Amino acid sequence: MGLEEKLQQIQARALEDMSSAGSLEDLNEVRIRYLGKKGELTGVLRGMAALSSEERPRIGQIANRVREEIEARLEGRLSQLKDSLREKRLSAETIDITLPGTVFGTGNLHPLTTVTRQIEDIFLGLGFSIAEGPEVEMDYYNFEALNLPKEHPARDMQDTFFITPETLLRTQTSPVQVRTMEKTAPSLPVKIIAPGRVYRRDDDATHSPMFHQIEGLMVDKRITFADLRGVLQVFAEKMFGPETKSRFRPSYFPFTEPSAEVDISCGMCGGEGCRVCSHTGWLEILGCGMVHPRVLEMSGYNSSDVTGFAFGMGVERITMLKYNLDDMRLLFDNDVRFLAQF
Amino acid sequence: MMRVSLKWLRDYVDITIPVRELADRLTMAGLAVEGVESPGEGIEKVYSGKILQISPHPNADRLTICRVTLGQGEDLNIVTGATNVREGHVVPVAVEGARLAGGLVIKKSKLRGVESRGMLCSGQELGLDTSVMPSDQAHGIMLLDPSTPLGLDIKGVIGLDDTILDLELTPNRGDCLSMVGVAREVAALLGERLSLPDTSAVGSGLEIEGMARVDIIDPGLCSRYVARLFRNIKIGPSPAWMQDRLRAAGIRPISNLVDITNYVMIELGQPLHAFDYDTLKDGHIIVRRAEKGEKMVTLDGSERNLSEDMLVIADPGGPVAVAGVMGGLATEVTEKTVNVLLESAHFNPVSIRRTARSLGMRSEASSRFEKGVDPVACLRAADRAARLLLELGAGEVAPGAVDSYPVRSVPKTVVLKPGRVEHVLGVEVPGQEIVSILRSLEFTVNDSGGELLVTVPSHRQDVFLEEDLIEEIARMHGYNRIPYTLPAGSGTIGARTPRQSLEVGVKDTMTSLGFYETVTYSFTAPSTLDRAGLPPDSPLRNVLRLQNPLSEEQSIMRTLLLPGLLEVLQRNASRRTTDLALFETGRIFLPSGDGQLPLEKQVLAAAAMGSAPSGWNRAGQPHDFYYMKGVLEALLDRLGLRGYSFAKESGHSLFHPGKAARVTVGEAVIGVLGEIHPDVLENYSLPQSVSAMEVDFEVLAELSGRPRKYRPLPKFPGIERDLSLVVKKEIPAQDITRTIRKSGGQYLQEVRLFDIYHGGQVPAGCQSMAFSLKFQAEDRTLTDQEVNGWMTTVSEALAGQFGAGLRS
Ligand SMILES: [Zn+2]
Repeated sequence: MGLEEKLQQIQARALEDMSSAGSLEDLNEVRIRYLGKKGELTGVLRGMAALSSEERPRIGQIANRVREEIEARLEGRLSQLKDSLREKRLSAETIDITLPGTVFGTGNLHPLTTVTRQIEDIFLGLGFSIAEGPEVEMDYYNFEALNLPKEHPARDMQDTFFITPETLLRTQTSPVQVRTMEKTAPSLPVKIIAPGRVYRRDDDATHSPMFHQIEGLMVDKRITFADLRGVLQVFAEKMFGPETKSRFRPSYFPFTEPSAEVDISCGMCGGEGCRVCSHTGWLEILGCGMVHPRVLEMSGYNSSDVTGFAFGMGVERITMLKYNLDDMRLLFDNDVRFLAQF
Repeated sequence: MMRVSLKWLRDYVDITIPVRELADRLTMAGLAVEGVESPGEGIEKVYSGKILQISPHPNADRLTICRVTLGQGEDLNIVTGATNVREGHVVPVAVEGARLAGGLVIKKSKLRGVESRGMLCSGQELGLDTSVMPSDQAHGIMLLDPSTPLGLDIKGVIGLDDTILDLELTPNRGDCLSMVGVAREVAALLGERLSLPDTSAVGSGLEIEGMARVDIIDPGLCSRYVARLFRNIKIGPSPAWMQDRLRAAGIRPISNLVDITNYVMIELGQPLHAFDYDTLKDGHIIVRRAEKGEKMVTLDGSERNLSEDMLVIADPGGPVAVAGVMGGLATEVTEKTVNVLLESAHFNPVSIRRTARSLGMRSEASSRFEKGVDPVACLRAADRAARLLLELGAGEVAPGAVDSYPVRSVPKTVVLKPGRVEHVLGVEVPGQEIVSILRSLEFTVNDSGGELLVTVPSHRQDVFLEEDLIEEIARMHGYNRIPYTLPAGSGTIGARTPRQSLEVGVKDTMTSLGFYETVTYSFTAPSTLDRAGLPPDSPLRNVLRLQNPLSEEQSIMRTLLLPGLLEVLQRNASRRTTDLALFETGRIFLPSGDGQLPLEKQVLAAAAMGSAPSGWNRAGQPHDFYYMKGVLEALLDRLGLRGYSFAKESGHSLFHPGKAARVTVGEAVIGVLGEIHPDVLENYSLPQSVSAMEVDFEVLAELSGRPRKYRPLPKFPGIERDLSLVVKKEIPAQDITRTIRKSGGQYLQEVRLFDIYHGGQVPAGCQSMAFSLKFQAEDRTLTDQEVNGWMTTVSEALAGQFGAGLRS
């Protein structure tokens, strides 16, 4: 048998051995058997020295081709084997992705905080700052400086908890208006909101003896009722959605004149009328008005030079509207099954 | 609340628009219509019928058979259990197919074997409020005026063919606590004319002059007192129309005379009082302050102690009424009354309010006086009552009136600059419109060269200032016709203060650590102090007390936040949620000296029970001391607080003395944390241990504002070494760590305790602690030999200080 045939034989056997090799180890053995230092192909090449100088290059070329062929197949088979092994491993590693994920305890802000922050952020964006004041307040700031002298019948609108005859739990965040103006006067502008707890002697499904208000106040050279309407319309749209309409109804607060109550179009029914809005299409959300001249004067501003507006809203009321709650007491019961929903 | 009968209202003004629209217009003008009731809605086939004969029921003692006629058609036999009907009575009769209030439908039926072809109705069955029915008719069949024509639809007979507007009035609009006041607004809104009720009354017999005398001793509290005298009164029921109207207004008819006074009060807003003239000594009315120690029995039968700041109506024998608040029993009008002295007066609102409140007697009259009634209208109201008395044929009227009017009401004049209207409203209202609005509300307007001189009508006690007039103009012009604008002028930047941002950060950190935010009341029960185990001398027992709490449970202001959270834990535990973590930020109230406001301190409190959430692949970390400590450390780290340390806290009553710590930075105490004392757990019925902390927000704010500075990242690798030592259990880990840090040299960057072990070969009373130490230099790579040297120093220091043995 000539070398040429021998080479062809080797090639044929090598290819066959490679395809039947079932593991990386088998394949490696095949490689060693044919291409190794003591492999068959190497053995053949070693015998080339005996060839004539005409034959040598020709056989050499054939031998090279055989080697290349074997190496290429070896490579191919190797990657084939690797692929199938990876496949097997991956399939063995498959997990049940429907098992629950690792549990992290995530808490929640109280819905009143969430809503307060939303309101704060809207007014911060409009250039208001946040002011704070005491919850135990003097009669003077809670009432008298707001144009509610002792024995004023409008004091009945706010049933008050007293600590002493002159100190009380604030019934509204409005005293922060007065404190802020006293501190700021005669500088302009005054532009604040004042969130916080307030207290009234009421306790039922729609009233809580403690609740939260956000007061707003803007005083400057030329502030008008139209500005009040504009600012509150912006607020209504940002808080309740761009479709929201607002409506101003005349009302009465001793510390504003003119005074108004603001309704927004009912988001539940789109103004058609439903249970939530008592079939009126409107929801009352806040009270407001132009700061009463006497309040400006008492706080150190000249009411013929400056005007201002003020507004006050109940955070519980707005929270209940936003989340469609029907019982205010849920907000103070702190049942985690409730808190976890927000 | 003012209930306005539309039928009644139409006496004074023409209403040409649908009632819904009227309600809207009133609401948008500031008279909020809270409800529109149609009391007769749904009531059908009920007629006036006369009982011809009553015969006993053959099979039932408690039932009778009434033969009833409706004036036409055949008579009806109706079985009834009512006991107040007699032959000849005219009553509401529901026939077959009738519909009553609440939707009840009447069918032909047999009652104990006798056919009944309908039903005799009570007021309640027709939808009337029994609280405003005459007491003898509140239960049983409603008895109609015997002269009522038969066969009429009952709705027209008893005033159910009416519509009632429920007005929720603001306290400034006392003038609208009257039908005429509301009619005046309606007339202005609709551009209609207002017609006032007839007050002409022809007197007869002797003049009042010489029969009655009025002396006002304190004109500051009573500016006017009008008296009229009625004679030969025949006390009886008032006519049906008057009863219907009073009922519609929510007032119970009593007798013709009392009804007249109430009717005029509702109609004109002026409270009236009727005295039995013959019980008044000398017919002499003295309006004065009560004398010290004076007493009087009021209409309701209770004896009242009067004080010197209360105004009374007296006769020479003593007080006969608490002015404007309640009459006296001795001078009350009764069935036997023959002559009546009628009072129509104007009292000081503040004095009335104070008196009514201190006697605990609020009445329709006092609430009107408080809000300010028209001082000019006293005489008109007295005359109107006289007119009604004659109309009802209830008696005679003595000619003339005693009108004591020491303080004349002077009309107020307010200057209005039309430019100011635009300045305040931000919209120009034409001058002509301004004038016509004000005139429609009965203001008198004189143009004095650009400025308007506006005279306020006497019924508008709430208008003093230019702004008050601007409000009148705005509400009649229409609030919603004023444009939306945004304030011009200096722009401002809105931002939270660092302190406010800190609160946002604290809350966000706490929630991300798995805590739920709660909001609890700022007031609590005094027993909280005991349940929290506070010692008798604890400064936290010095609390603010409410003078008028709703209940004992809410009678003091809290000096601690944690008890509120323990209550919340307990409430949740009782609903079977036992694994939870909560926090609250809020104020505690610490009393200061006399006359000063208390110190209000913002506090963060957190409490946790059970364990953190667990799953199939992770055990829940128990909510123990170390959990809470980790939370606090995470919070402080997040806020950028450095250099805090923990010290044992065994003197805080809320906490377990062996499982509590105080957190400090230098001298400043940030807060306390620990596991709740077992006694306190028991006081709150908590089923398992609770870890908690209370952190002083003010201190936190002070310390956390410090700016952070960047430190370059290390360029050379560090070397980590572990150190295992056996020490006595009672040596605090903090002390060991401190010693390691002190002795470890300048390149020791980090000391971390990663394992604690006892038992096994560790001697009793000792534990093995494993620390990981990291050495690193900024300018070079450290060598093993260097690090070995420092490790030796550390070991020696530990051995010297704590007798710590090294473990390999
Ligand atoms: Zn709706």
